Amino acid sequence: MTIVIQNTSDLPIYEQIAQQIKQHILSGALHEGDALPSIRALAKELRISVITTKRAYEELERDGFLYTVAGKGSFVAAQNLSLIKEEYLKRIEEHLQEVVDLSAICELSIDDIITMLHTLSEE
Amino acid sequence: MNAITIENAAKHYNGFTLGNLTLNIPQGCVTGLIGENGAGKSTLLRLITGAAFPDAGSITLMDSDRRPLHEVLQEVGVVWDEGCFPSTITPEQLGKMLSGIYRSWQPDVYEHFLDRFQLPRKKGFGKFSRGMKMKLAIAAALSHNAKLLILDEATSGLDPIVRDEILDILYDFMQDETHTILISSHIISDLERLCDYIAFLHQGQLLFCEEKDVLLDRYCIIRGSEEWLNSLGPQAVAARRAGSYGTEALAVRTLLPQNTPYERASLETIMVYLGKEHTK
Repeated sequence: MTIVIQNTSDLPIYEQIAQQIKQHILSGALHEGDALPSIRALAKELRISVITTKRAYEELERDGFLYTVAGKGSFVAAQNLSLIKEEYLKRIEEHLQEVVDLSAICELSIDDIITMLHTLSEE
Repeated sequence: MNAITIENAAKHYNGFTLGNLTLNIPQGCVTGLIGENGAGKSTLLRLITGAAFPDAGSITLMDSDRRPLHEVLQEVGVVWDEGCFPSTITPEQLGKMLSGIYRSWQPDVYEHFLDRFQLPRKKGFGKFSRGMKMKLAIAAALSHNAKLLILDEATSGLDPIVRDEILDILYDFMQDETHTILISSHIISDLERLCDYIAFLHQGQLLFCEEKDVLLDRYCIIRGSEEWLNSLGPQAVAARRAGSYGTEALAVRTLLPQNTPYERASLETIMVYLGKEHTK
């Protein structure tokens, strides 16, 4: 499992961790029941504070991605994948809205954008 | 639970007064004590370790309200800023000496640290470089089953590689959740990642002690004209630095209008801004 922390990012560190673990779950790299590193071990590995790590785990637990067993650690919870996909769809829609707005300003047609998308996905 | 409880403690020296300050250091966490030179960081640490006594108020170190302080100090490791051992003592002799002081002295752990730090066993302490002195002090502090580690400027004046090694050891120490670290420093980048809580001393007074993430979330840096900053209201702008071509300000993020462009503030900028603001 790879977790990359960017100090220059606008996102707080706990958000960055929570998002990346979420992505690992969505992509199938982490499965239901998989054990996550202990909070203290992860804090050491990522060179961040214990409370920051705890906060990331708490956030994931609140959103139903993890569950914690006292004395044993944190595990990946059973996922409602369609729910996560929906979240991503919402994000894509937001970005596309921005594309539509921007292309209206510089008078770009929808066909041009589709061509651009094709080129981008081929790269 | 608190590892250290400080209530209304004050200490007066000729020309310097610390306190009154009330501060709790939670167990299982790393608390960073920051502040400019002469803010009272070392004085506070001396009061906590019993090397000096407060003129007023009380300080409880772990369970020092229930047993004598010298018993509690058996479980405290302290690393002082300056070399704190006699200049002729060698690491080998130091180990023998400390084994007579600490009941739970672990010679094998001490030996392991000497190897890890590549410290010569038979060289006098006075001939050590600053980095080696700090490493020896840390080896001594961590070789008697300490539950609380107190470090005074342990990483300042050291090169980045040694600082990094020391951070590694501090992280190892914190793998046990009953362990606590109180570390003072003005090299804040070291503390920015490690610390759970930040206590800010300024001119002998405690400005705040807060969870680091909360602090970093609350403040941000914004730039603009004086008029614009004034229009945001006095609550939103915590401190400002005026220049000829615009003003930079430390602002409270949640009080800014939506979509105001801002930059995340580092611990260092927060310290500089708030320190200056309170000097005025």
